[in-house]
Amino acid sequence: MSAPSPSANKPLSASSVPIPTQQLWPVPGGVHPPANKRQSLQEPICTPPLPELLIVPLQQHIGNPATPIVSVGDVVAKGQLIAAPDGALSVGVHAPTSGTISAQGDYPVLHPSGLSGPCILLSPDGTERWTERRAIADYARATPAELLAVIRGAGIAGLGGAGFPSAVKLGSPLPIDTLIINAVECEPYITADDILMRERAADIVVGIQILAHIIGQPAQIVVGIEDDKPEAYETLVAACANTTIRLVAFPAKYPSGGEKQLIQRLTGREVSSGKIPAEIGVLCHNVATVYSIARAIAHGEPQISRVTTVTGAACTQPRNYDVLLGTPIRHLLALSGFNADGGGKVIVGGPMMGFAQLNLDAPVIKTTNCLLAPSFAEMPPLPPAQACIRCGLCAQACPASLLPQQLFWYSQAGNHERLQAHNLFDCIECGACSYVCPSHIPLVQYYRASKGEIRTQEKERISSDLARQRFAQHQQRLARQQEQREVKRAARRSELAGATDSHSTTTATASAQPAEDLIQAAARRAAQKQASPAQQIAALERRLVAAQHLRDTAHEKWLAGTVDHLPTAQLDSLRATLEEAELRLQGARNKLNALSSDQNERLRGQDDNSNPTTDPRNDDAQESP
Amino acid sequence: MSLIASSGSRSSGLATSPHDHDGRNTAWIMQQVLLAMLPGIVALTGFFGWGTLLNLMIACATAVACEAAMVALRKRPISFYLRDCSALVTAMLIAVTLPPLAPFWITVIATGVAIVIAKHLYGGLGYNPFNPAMVGYVVVLISFPVPVTAWPAPQPLLASGQELLGLWESLYTVFPFLTEAEGHIDAVTAATPLDAFKHNHSLMVDQFYQTTPVFTHGHWAGAGWEWVNLGFLAGGLYLLYRKVFTWHGPVAMLAALAVLAIVFYDSGSSVSKGPLTLHLLSGGTMLGAFFIVTDPVTSAVSNRGRLIYGALIGVLIFVIRSWGNYPDAVAFAVLLMNFAAPFIDYYTLPRTYGHDKPTRATRPPERE
Repeated sequence: MSAPSPSANKPLSASSVPIPTQQLWPVPGGVHPPANKRQSLQEPICTPPLPELLIVPLQQHIGNPATPIVSVGDVVAKGQLIAAPDGALSVGVHAPTSGTISAQGDYPVLHPSGLSGPCILLSPDGTERWTERRAIADYARATPAELLAVIRGAGIAGLGGAGFPSAVKLGSPLPIDTLIINAVECEPYITADDILMRERAADIVVGIQILAHIIGQPAQIVVGIEDDKPEAYETLVAACANTTIRLVAFPAKYPSGGEKQLIQRLTGREVSSGKIPAEIGVLCHNVATVYSIARAIAHGEPQISRVTTVTGAACTQPRNYDVLLGTPIRHLLALSGFNADGGGKVIVGGPMMGFAQLNLDAPVIKTTNCLLAPSFAEMPPLPPAQACIRCGLCAQACPASLLPQQLFWYSQAGNHERLQAHNLFDCIECGACSYVCPSHIPLVQYYRASKGEIRTQEKERISSDLARQRFAQHQQRLARQQEQREVKRAARRSELAGATDSHSTTTATASAQPAEDLIQAAARRAAQKQASPAQQIAALERRLVAAQHLRDTAHEKWLAGTVDHLPTAQLDSLRATLEEAELRLQGARNKLNALSSDQNERLRGQDDNSNPTTDPRNDDAQESP
Repeated sequence: MSLIASSGSRSSGLATSPHDHDGRNTAWIMQQVLLAMLPGIVALTGFFGWGTLLNLMIACATAVACEAAMVALRKRPISFYLRDCSALVTAMLIAVTLPPLAPFWITVIATGVAIVIAKHLYGGLGYNPFNPAMVGYVVVLISFPVPVTAWPAPQPLLASGQELLGLWESLYTVFPFLTEAEGHIDAVTAATPLDAFKHNHSLMVDQFYQTTPVFTHGHWAGAGWEWVNLGFLAGGLYLLYRKVFTWHGPVAMLAALAVLAIVFYDSGSSVSKGPLTLHLLSGGTMLGAFFIVTDPVTSAVSNRGRLIYGALIGVLIFVIRSWGNYPDAVAFAVLLMNFAAPFIDYYTLPRTYGHDKPTRATRPPERE
């Protein structure tokens, strides 16, 4: 990366509020696991050789998976969009290198439960031929909207862990006074951000300034970093000279790098439960994401690679790789001399929040910051859990000031009300409680399971509430119809009674008035009858369109299924859906035809005979005695 | 969801996060507690003779036997459960609470009740609402008040020519069936400082201190007893240093007790409820503050809750000591507050991150 452009180095904001330097606010709880970061910092970032095949998942972020826009056999250039974002909360996927699309379908991905996900397979041609890159030479002249469009187009998702689409986070309309760059990297073993700051600080500073420009120059820009990364700190301090960016180093404590914890540490503010940081005027981005944004704006490079740490005692060569997204983790592990006999467990992420991955063919994605292959001795399996003695070590370790021992108690009992009263959903699953639990209880696992149960129940409750509502409304409708019918009947009866009465007892002159009424009432009814078939036809036409749409979608899905060689069971179910949709379409057509011919006939009938009471389809006529 | 499923998946390599652990386990905590009791035990043995050590052996043997039997009855792995050392902690607490040289069956009954009834019938470690050691002690205290309140005279009180009972004499006292000799030497008993003070009805505190042997031979709170309490205080400070528990419970209890002692000292008049040092350094105060109040299973869970829990125990101790029938009250106060602990828990949740104020445990869930 070249030196930042002159404009990028100009002071950011004249209105910067000077805040006391190095002021830190306390964060409760936390633990101090051994850092184990030295191992993977012995060598600079390494660019691994191209793997034979790249497996590019369509979902590397939070939100909707991207929609493929290439077909098998297409030749793509490096950085070319191969899957477009699906909706606002989604990011696109770009070809990590040039080559040929060799397949599409479900392949194993990094997943705690070993699931598969939709992927595009790319056979690299080895030429690394780039697609056209559109760099913005001077971001300061671009509007925030333009920059956001580039960030969105570059498919950038947060690299810190969650993979939230960065453009969505940046595009929040809420006013931001504090931009926080998360360079904490508090998880043990992981050094991806550390080494990135050491080697590519200039780009990071450009990225920070771009973010500041997009959100309209916030009052303060703070980079939070733990004091166990002196080299990264020094490098970044040097790179930030002549800017308003302030670096704040603080003593290492896990999980200071959690977004909420970092905000609390640096500003003393707390993000309200269930809310986002922007609501308290804070925007927090990971340092690696900032680097990606700088590459996207200043170099036109989409997010197609990231720095990933490969470490652990089961690797002979722990180090950091600038790895193409889609590279099978087996490829990286082999480069680092991974020895499966040492224990065989591969953890994606750090030891505190990562998950074990069994299938090593799964690829690196945007959120993969570390592959940890510990030896058996390094991380032996925990002994069986003992009873909770409520010692409270977990409560002392909890950064959210929860009572983990009580949560565990109620989780075991399945007492969802008490779990929610104890603020289960404020648990960030950092694992500090399990880390210190002397009874080796997998607390976080209990909380995850309980959260899942509560979410499922809540969904079921909402849908059953809806069903109940629908049923109640249906009953009301029926009652109303019945009532109307009764009223009509009563009216008719009294009319008839009046008619016969006048007919039998009085002279013909006296009967003229009620007879006229009768005719008028009949005419009104006829008018009603005429209006209602038109409405019925309109409704039927709408239903026809819906059925057509349903049928078309089902057909498309079935076709796609046959092309992708889906399993027979899935194909069969798609086929069934299609047939059902076709039946429905046919039914709607038939009904519409019947009704419109009916209507025509009736219109003709009305022309012929102006007396509607002779219409045999008139309900009231049939009901009348 | 079951514990078995989750622990099973751990061992199969499909573990969930976190994958690392700080290495401390329940047995470590219990061993720290056992270690921290040593200064107090040394003081007890030094001032009262072999009796405490005999209590210890009897209580530990009974506790291990009862624990093993109960775990076997509950069809659980015996060695796995014995390894947590929790039964030993209960046994040691009972051993130092009972008077040295108490007949062996007192210790056996107290320990048996503690382990079998107070602990395992309620579900075992972690599920007992009442402190097992205190339940065991109170059962024998109420059932056999005479032997359980008969404390031997501490060494400084013995007249010249008298000595603490030797090992064999102590053994014969504790296990009377071992000897056929009638009329073996009985240990000299003496009123405990709290007991002596309770029966003072006419003297000013200073006069009483100058005329009662147990106080004339001591510095602050009675011969021997003050050192026993200081021993347990030292152990407690060690546990605090090792972060086995937080300061909230013990400090709240001692503070509440101290405040009441100062308020009711009444300038040392004849109706004084006793000087501060007597309350803090006599009886079971320090043992209670650092080894009973801090029992995590039966106390309140949050820091705020433990402040309230500890303070109320301190208040109850003072009230029972001053106006109740028993000279000391740690066991009763703790058991009474064990009842209240879950209730305290409901109203003392800490303020969670992102919430304006603490919530109540009884709050109904919010529905959108």
